[in-house]
Amino acid sequence: MSRYTPEEKVKLARHPERPGTADFIEALFTDFFEQRGDRLCREDGSILGGIARFHGRPVTVIGHRKGKNLEENLTCNFGMPGPEGYRKAQRLMKQAEKFGRPVITFVDTPGAYPGKEAEERGQGEAIAQCLALMSALEVPVISIVTGEGGSGGALALAVANRVLMLEHAVYSVLSPEGFASILWKDAARSGEACAVMKLTAQDLRRGSIVQGVLREPEEGAQTDWQATFRTIDAALGKELAALDKLKGPALARQRYEMFRAMGQGLPPAGKEDV
Amino acid sequence: MNRLFSKRRDRLLTYQAMREGRIASSKRTACPACGAESANRDWERNVQVCPQCGYHSPVGAYYRLAALLDPGSFQELEEKLEPADPLEFPGYPEKLEDLEEETGLRDAAVAALGSVGMHKAVFVVLDSRFLMGSMGTAVGEKVTRAAEYATKRKLPLIIFSASGGARMQEGIFSLMQMAKTAAAIQRFQSRGGLYISCLTHPTTGGVTASFASLGDIMLAEPGALIGFAGPRVIEQTIGETLPEGFQRSEYLLEHGFLDRIVSRDQWRPVLIQLLGLHEGGKRS
Ligand SMILES: [Zn+2]
Repeated sequence: MSRYTPEEKVKLARHPERPGTADFIEALFTDFFEQRGDRLCREDGSILGGIARFHGRPVTVIGHRKGKNLEENLTCNFGMPGPEGYRKAQRLMKQAEKFGRPVITFVDTPGAYPGKEAEERGQGEAIAQCLALMSALEVPVISIVTGEGGSGGALALAVANRVLMLEHAVYSVLSPEGFASILWKDAARSGEACAVMKLTAQDLRRGSIVQGVLREPEEGAQTDWQATFRTIDAALGKELAALDKLKGPALARQRYEMFRAMGQGLPPAGKEDV
Repeated sequence: MNRLFSKRRDRLLTYQAMREGRIASSKRTACPACGAESANRDWERNVQVCPQCGYHSPVGAYYRLAALLDPGSFQELEEKLEPADPLEFPGYPEKLEDLEEETGLRDAAVAALGSVGMHKAVFVVLDSRFLMGSMGTAVGEKVTRAAEYATKRKLPLIIFSASGGARMQEGIFSLMQMAKTAAAIQRFQSRGGLYISCLTHPTTGGVTASFASLGDIMLAEPGALIGFAGPRVIEQTIGETLPEGFQRSEYLLEHGFLDRIVSRDQWRPVLIQLLGLHEGGKRS
């Protein structure tokens, strides 16, 4: 068993000092050129993306951005994208495919923003299009859930050939608070929800929802950023090398088959899979 | 022989549809929208649409199929597909059993091969009586298999959605059905398949954010609630009351997310027109 309960992991995954997408881009990539805007309506700061080099090789990198202080939190809407963010992501991924660049995504969001304008501009449609587009990309796609993988807003950036998770990240159908309030009409029972939702990296690895769990420093990624960067760097290098062996259509096929097989249930709990 | 079988299938469909129809405790039923009482026979003649105000009362999956398909054309697909309990969620298997007893459904979706106006197509209909039509692994699998079947047979795909979104009791596995169904629809469409998405009340959450929003043609019944986040969640988040008609079909049409609003008695002619317009195209 892990040293942390699922509820404690949710707290770690949301830790304000945990490295975020902007930090990963700065540490792991060079030559980053940020691309902004969805070309339809506006720029959504809650999704950060652009072109960069990973060990010299051009890639497209996209991730949720929560912001590091209140001012940034506000421009990033606390990492809760609207449809414009998802449409920007689609634009960047289409370009990645056009220019043959692998796509690397960092997933860390409480969920897509439940707002009035977001609905008016088609939040559901924007997420659906992301899923459909990603499923068929003929370039390698690697996603890393680094913090909170909240609901469809997280999945919209995570239809990848390999989905990896940091050891204390969580990934779930809804936030534990939302889950408790839907099922038991009581958001205060979120602790109980954490226990039944199977939202930890270890549970999800066991259920073949994610393909790898990346070890974090003892007390969590926020205590040693450099160690976390080294782990992610090595994992990305290894996964990219493996996916480079597949041609475009085979990459799309592998991704399709992987998600196609999801929903067969969790095998019984075994040893820790880190 | 074939006709005999199709007659039998029709009887089964009619039986299921009747089971879903109004249980007449009285001979008249009040409309939940306008309050006017109408004779059950008039509700029935009007495919469960209020004869006074046009309110579209929710209907079950078999009822809808019976009203829609050419007589004798109904052939259920994947009817043995069973729901799963991947999280071993407390009380969930019992809940599923009770609902099966109550509704005659194994889960919230029915898939069928059938025709409208002699145009053959694959149909999936979600049923809001079964855990709000929520999408767990069984619904996701059924939609996916229907899309794959339609891909293989080069048939159009028509899905009637009615869903509260992802099914909480199957957790992350429900979430993954969004990716799975969207991928299957994408694959079907990239091979020239026609997908007509028909939204009915309510279509929200993970169903809106996956297959339901991906139609080549997007249609909806009048007054249906369609959105990603539910109105209550939005009101709590933004701290204001939403205007009347927010997230309703008419609002979506105005904002560019629908091709047309179709009242229930018009589904057949509209689908016949659309299927006709796509015949002789790339795939046939
Ligand atoms: Zn009425």
